[in-house]
Amino acid sequence: MTIMTDTTASAGIGWNGRTLRSMLEESERLFAETGRYYGIERLTLKEEDPIRYEKLFSRLRGGMVNARETALNISASPIVREIGELCFALYTPEGDSITLSTGIMVHVHTMSDAIKWMIRNNYEENPGIEDGDIFCNNDAFIGDVHNADVQDILPIFWEGELIGWAAGVTHVIDVGAPLPSGMPMGPIHRYEDGFMLSAQKVGSKNRLHRDYVLRCQTAVRLPFYWMLDQQTRIAGCQMIKEAVHRVIREEGIETYKRFIREVIEDGRRSFVQRVRELTIPGTYSVPSFMDVTFGGEAGRLSPEAAKDTLMHAPLTVEIGSKGEFKVSFEGASKWGYHSFNAPPSAMQGGLWVLLTQTLVPNDKVNDGAYFAIQNNLPYGSWANPDNKFCSVSIAWVYLIPGYSGIFRALSMAYVGRGYLEEVIAGYPGTWNMTQGGGPNHYGQPGAWTNFEMSSCGTSARYVMDGEDTCAAMWNPEGDMGDVEAWEILEPLLYLSRRIRPNSFGPGKFRGGSGFESIRMVYNTPTQVLYNLGEGNVFLGTGLFGGYPAFAGYRQSVKHTDMARRIAHQLPYPISDEDPENSQMVAHVEGVLERDKRTIHLPDPHAEYDLYLSVLRGGNGLGDVLERDPAAVVRDLNEGYLLPRFAASTYGVVAFQNAAGEWELDAEATEERRAAMRRERIEQSIPVDEWMAQQRTRVVQKNFIEPVRQMYQESMSLSPTWAAHFRSFWGLDDDWSL
Amino acid sequence: MTGHCKLWSNAMTHYDISTIADLVDGRLEWPQLKAMMSNFKDPDRFDKYIAVLQERVPWDDQILLPLGPHLFIVRKADGSIVTKSRSGYEFGDYRQNWKLKARIRVRDTEASLQELYPAMMHCTPGWMELREYIDPLDGTLLEVEAVPPGYPIVHSFQPDLETFYREWLGREL
Repeated sequence: MTIMTDTTASAGIGWNGRTLRSMLEESERLFAETGRYYGIERLTLKEEDPIRYEKLFSRLRGGMVNARETALNISASPIVREIGELCFALYTPEGDSITLSTGIMVHVHTMSDAIKWMIRNNYEENPGIEDGDIFCNNDAFIGDVHNADVQDILPIFWEGELIGWAAGVTHVIDVGAPLPSGMPMGPIHRYEDGFMLSAQKVGSKNRLHRDYVLRCQTAVRLPFYWMLDQQTRIAGCQMIKEAVHRVIREEGIETYKRFIREVIEDGRRSFVQRVRELTIPGTYSVPSFMDVTFGGEAGRLSPEAAKDTLMHAPLTVEIGSKGEFKVSFEGASKWGYHSFNAPPSAMQGGLWVLLTQTLVPNDKVNDGAYFAIQNNLPYGSWANPDNKFCSVSIAWVYLIPGYSGIFRALSMAYVGRGYLEEVIAGYPGTWNMTQGGGPNHYGQPGAWTNFEMSSCGTSARYVMDGEDTCAAMWNPEGDMGDVEAWEILEPLLYLSRRIRPNSFGPGKFRGGSGFESIRMVYNTPTQVLYNLGEGNVFLGTGLFGGYPAFAGYRQSVKHTDMARRIAHQLPYPISDEDPENSQMVAHVEGVLERDKRTIHLPDPHAEYDLYLSVLRGGNGLGDVLERDPAAVVRDLNEGYLLPRFAASTYGVVAFQNAAGEWELDAEATEERRAAMRRERIEQSIPVDEWMAQQRTRVVQKNFIEPVRQMYQESMSLSPTWAAHFRSFWGLDDDWSL
Repeated sequence: MTGHCKLWSNAMTHYDISTIADLVDGRLEWPQLKAMMSNFKDPDRFDKYIAVLQERVPWDDQILLPLGPHLFIVRKADGSIVTKSRSGYEFGDYRQNWKLKARIRVRDTEASLQELYPAMMHCTPGWMELREYIDPLDGTLLEVEAVPPGYPIVHSFQPDLETFYREWLGREL
């Protein structure tokens, strides 16, 4: 490895007196010229002393994990303490990640983007970068997913030379937007997203600036939580700095410098090798969609925002002969006047957290994987807005469905190679996301985001059902948190939290189950609540004949008689279970509000009003008629499946015995399944006949407005996708919507 | 699990063919499956896997690449390469989208969707539909698409079969 000396710059804080900008430019040039990180040909340290190399890595990586595990105990926020919504990472002087902790690995590359943004904007000269400085960022157009994820970035110096960066991120409870919560719905411009720190220096000499601390006292609701989260991040970063210094003292600075270059190139090569080891070259296409139901907000939102929208994520993965891995959203629909736009850094966050859970699920992952991937994020689309003033406050609403095809695309490859143990039918949307705010039960202005959504069901595997209530695509260590912890922060009591029947996608193997929570507003006169999740569309679909998990709905009961029921110890609802036979109808009096407007502006609730949150399950895999009938009966007896669906979905005939337990009628099941197979053939038609019928509909442009607009946007932004659409339906070259 | 797991032989992971057969048949317990996920991948998996699958299909055409539990790219006796289902139905040249030769049933009404989902818990017709791609011979449900009306049929996977065999496996197709 050759580390070149910069002859054009001096008095910089980088290596050998170079500026950080010259180091970054050289790194990018060498990669562009060679395709290798810093142009490295041989991993000499690894080859000559592999044990030392591995020990070095383990010590640095251990420093990251140690920082995370220790620092999270400083926070008081249940989002950080209970759910573990934080992550730490170590970077090169140029901002490339070397190693990272466990946790929300989403942010490994987002913080890299933020560091590079500071370098490109010559922070070295102004505001200056010195030992002990603290920079804070939550601007997604610089390097983040959305402003609820707040980052602290600290430079690491050794004998006057900047040798790297320590960085940490936590998800905060409130961001000081006009509407309460960490991820308010309703912002349509950046100006409404809340407290925004654009890679700002907020501290020096290892202390936060007083003006910044004072500003935080009024910039957000619940400044107590904000400041403790900040202390969490800074403490973790200080631990990383100490870990790095310890390694340098024992191994020498030259070894450290050589190691951090090699380990990233090693990460890049490992990724390529893994692609060739596990996948099949070719093109994988897995589109997905997301509905935004702001059409009901006329009068509360401006006209350009108060409309229903369908997001289009035509994800393709192209794997080349040498293991090239290209991810493209060519044909994506336009960015919009809502809170769900996803700048490129946010897109990187989504991709990272997924690949570390499937293709590269090991501790060696770093920015080498980033250098091994090519991205096509069409400019002007929701995945790369050409308007930097649009809102990104919940970019996840588009990111989560947008990348759902990654797991399914890779699973098709794994099936081809025979690595069936890795196959999974995608992931569910991590919702319903419940948020709210208003005067809390301590009499203070409050805001909250409930993160029990990080325990959704996983999708089915190739040979077994998905797991129930345990995971989120964005946090591999998902946890629903104790209800008591959420009740400390939120002025809503849990009346129940239980498995939700039929919340999984059916299949030979079903998805893991979701759950439901019924909440009652309590000890406050008023509280606004948000619902969030897909409603009119399914998020992705299953694999190999499996069906998608359910699409959501919104449900509250207002003006209830709950106070009377509690006073007189009368029954009250402890489940919704089945919208066609709900306890929230039978066991409470009040005004039932139930609809498919699953994304909406803050909805006022009063004390004793009830609110339902249904947490999603995973998608199914394989033909439902191949599901073991005994598994269907088990699902009936354990409350995972509503009885009427045993026959209509699975063709399983079961009956209840005297004890009320379900038993299988094997003979009748066999007959019913044979009949359902015959029905499939009788009720279906050849695809070419169906296409001829559908073409008429397309020619007539017979679509609801959100669908028409989605096609129009995709065709306008992408001539390639427009040509694909026209070619498939045999339309003239000038046909448009 | 009836097979014997032999791990870490010459720094490589290998499984005997009966273990791979158990994997294909879904007979491995979760701890065994989890161990397979955590271990290094066995480089000879593909050949053992194909051998197991070849025994389980009711026809003699050579399996070149599995596309799912019921779909395979195969080489016929005349040398042509097609997509073929377990039932024996042939969907034509493997480079074409097999779905175009399948049968289709679309769930785009509340009644048809409520055979699978409770009311309120399915997509809204007009926004999205479920397309079921069905094997014409035995009625097996091969794939489900969840897309808006008018969406072009998705060609989910177009493998570069020649590159895979010649450059990755190091043998002629």
